[in-house]
Amino acid sequence: MASMVAIVLIGILAFIFYGSLESMARFGFKYLITSGWNPVSDEYGAFTAIYGTIITSLAALTISLPIGIATAIFITEDILPRKVNEFIGLMVELLAAIPSVVLGLWAIFVMEPFLRPFLILLNQTFSWLPFFGTEPRGPGMAPAIIILSIMILPIITSISRDSLNQVPKKLREASYGIGATRWTTIFHIILPAAISGITGGALLALGRAMGETMAVTMVIGNSFNFSWSLLAPGNTISAMLANQFGEADGSQISSLMYAALILMILTLSVNIFANWLVKRISLKY
Amino acid sequence: MKDRVQLLHTAKQLNYKTFSRKNILEKLQTAIAFCLLIISIIPITFILVYVLIKGGTQLSIDIITQLPEPPGDDLLSAGGIGNSIIGTIIVTTIASVISVPIGIGGGIYLAEYSSGGLFSRFIRFGTNVLAGVPSIIAGVFIYGIIVSTKLIYGSNYSALAGSLALSILMLPTIIKTTDEGLKLVSDDLRRGALGIGASKFITITRITLPAAFSTIATGILLSVARAAGETAPLIFTALFSFYWPQGNEILLEPIASLSVLIYNFALEPYEAQNELAWAASFILVMMLLALNIIARRIGKLTMDNKSN
Repeated sequence: MASMVAIVLIGILAFIFYGSLESMARFGFKYLITSGWNPVSDEYGAFTAIYGTIITSLAALTISLPIGIATAIFITEDILPRKVNEFIGLMVELLAAIPSVVLGLWAIFVMEPFLRPFLILLNQTFSWLPFFGTEPRGPGMAPAIIILSIMILPIITSISRDSLNQVPKKLREASYGIGATRWTTIFHIILPAAISGITGGALLALGRAMGETMAVTMVIGNSFNFSWSLLAPGNTISAMLANQFGEADGSQISSLMYAALILMILTLSVNIFANWLVKRISLKY
Repeated sequence: MKDRVQLLHTAKQLNYKTFSRKNILEKLQTAIAFCLLIISIIPITFILVYVLIKGGTQLSIDIITQLPEPPGDDLLSAGGIGNSIIGTIIVTTIASVISVPIGIGGGIYLAEYSSGGLFSRFIRFGTNVLAGVPSIIAGVFIYGIIVSTKLIYGSNYSALAGSLALSILMLPTIIKTTDEGLKLVSDDLRRGALGIGASKFITITRITLPAAFSTIATGILLSVARAAGETAPLIFTALFSFYWPQGNEILLEPIASLSVLIYNFALEPYEAQNELAWAASFILVMMLLALNIIARRIGKLTMDNKSN
């Protein structure tokens, strides 16, 4: 029965690879760097989606990494009473239990209208930067980035908390003993000791952000027109699959499979690297 | 006497200086961390509040028991989510029926039978990798293998296809928790059972599995909760339906589910449908939170047992 895992995994890889062969033969490497998506003339290029996947997940990670690590530090220190810390930990974990489609619903009707004035301000102030070059009109990459960073926050927080808790007490006591303050200890002793666990957690979160589908599909706008701007509607590979796969046929399916293969390779490599890192820290202490 | 004076003098120097540069910097850093902590709490608070208010307030018997109405038919009412609730329960149950035995079996193999060789290392690695596979990929896979080929009795979109896609996502969690739960069981128990003449099979079913029960149950409940909230694998396998599941071919026909209803209706331009999506979110979130709380309770039971 254990081999079911291997069968399913290899099955998925083989199936997606086989499905994408046709498209791979037709478009080859060009598929990765062109951004037209036209079922009528049968021309496909996934650059918009690949750019969207990588940019949204990296930006989401950049936003939630400091927040997540700070939260983890705060609740592993004894600044607040233990009950409060446990409550905050529970709240963050509750966030992980909310299905992504509900987050998407919330993002459409609550978060996006709330964010829009700020995004417009961003556009007006930084319109010379290509990343903020277009006027925000409802759905776009920026709301997708925010909702993604909310979604990966619990992963970062809980893994950082676990690795901070694994740091032996002796290290902290020794540091206090030689006169270091709380934050000196945190920055110079505790964080370095937990860093590979935290990095592993961050990578797992990145993998999760890349594969996340529903919430992103609902707010990103699903546009195939490429734009550098984060305020313009965009696309990600998973959003593209969710939108197109049901109605696709022929070479469009093959092109979608090709995109799925790219997504699979991206998430697999990030996940494998993350697992390797997490394993390394657990051996250390 | 002179020593004492000296000592008192040092003690005075050890007083906490509120306004020294170092202490202000410390407080500042604590304050920054506190602000980030508050930021991390804000989203979940707002999400819960909105789901409770927008979903909870329109809860009524009608909404829970009626069928949804196709968008645009009636601008004031979108019907109910009765069939979606049942659909979610059916699909998740079948997914569990498929993945729980395989998952527990796989976990038992890893923890009890394998000798830590290349194969079991590969399976453990594969479990981790499978856990990281995006859920939409599971949907694509099942679509290609079952839906588009009409493999099962010539039906394309079906409840069964949706369940299979969900079971792919549940499998790694169940294997992992079974494996880890069994590894936590003390070897003394195993030796004791084998010592009084029990076979390996009896030892596992009567001694080690019951001892690891609560860890495994927690893992199963958490994976069920995750599967029940999944949408991506369902949108092109189980699809959606505006009718009650009925007849003897329930499993071979498209079936409604709460998550797909939320997705479909959230994107409709009609307000009535959007409102129904909020009501469905409320029910879904409540179901998942209940599962999570039960899972946590069971998990805690083990902790208490161990400390005794």
